[in-house]
Amino acid sequence: MSVSVQREDFDAGAEIAALSAGNAGVGAVASFVGLVRDAGHDQRVEAMTLEHYPGMTERALAEIVVEAEGRWRLLGTRVIHRHGRLLPGERIVFVGVASAHRGDAFAACEFIMDYLKTRAPFWKREETPEGARWVDARESDDEAAARWNAN
Amino acid sequence: MSELNILYFASLREALGCSGERLALPDGVRTVGALREHLAARGEGWAALGAGRNVRAALDQRMVGPDAPLAGGEEVAFFPPVTGG
Repeated sequence: MSVSVQREDFDAGAEIAALSAGNAGVGAVASFVGLVRDAGHDQRVEAMTLEHYPGMTERALAEIVVEAEGRWRLLGTRVIHRHGRLLPGERIVFVGVASAHRGDAFAACEFIMDYLKTRAPFWKREETPEGARWVDARESDDEAAARWNAN
Repeated sequence: MSELNILYFASLREALGCSGERLALPDGVRTVGALREHLAARGEGWAALGAGRNVRAALDQRMVGPDAPLAGGEEVAFFPPVTGG
């Protein structure tokens, strides 16, 4: 398991390659990359600043990965979340999961993202032509996280 | 008794005009929820911590509910629902 909270960009290709490097037992790597969009709530977004809670952020992400490792047979996990000011098109988050078969990798990757959305202490602030505003949490994110408790 | 290290984040930090403070555990405050009520009672901008506002809490860097106990010396954070990812 490896978790990073950083200002710098990341190389998704290199991260995916690293998840199977030296382990021929890996038969599947699923990955997710989240990007800054140029629009939200019908307004143009010129930039986004991600604030976080140093210390708790790393701990929360590590706990989410440990929970995923308890639910699926995983051979490697990598989570990177950026903070600071980002422009549309820039990468925000990377989740990569390696496993023997695709089912575990797909499910764990989605689970980690759903839990990250509701449990990791990050907050987005968008800059729009009408000024800056904090992004509201979405009920659909809570629902996405809650469905993992049902099964 | 050692002081609480209280932290505020994001829109809550802006509403309070402060990112944190150190505070001796107030008389009668035994839980995170009671601490929140104590702070909200300061009036004006502190109403952002009031009942009915969507505020989450962490105790020593773990998300907790209002019943989480305080003894003094802990790190307590208050913040809006998270929006990362």
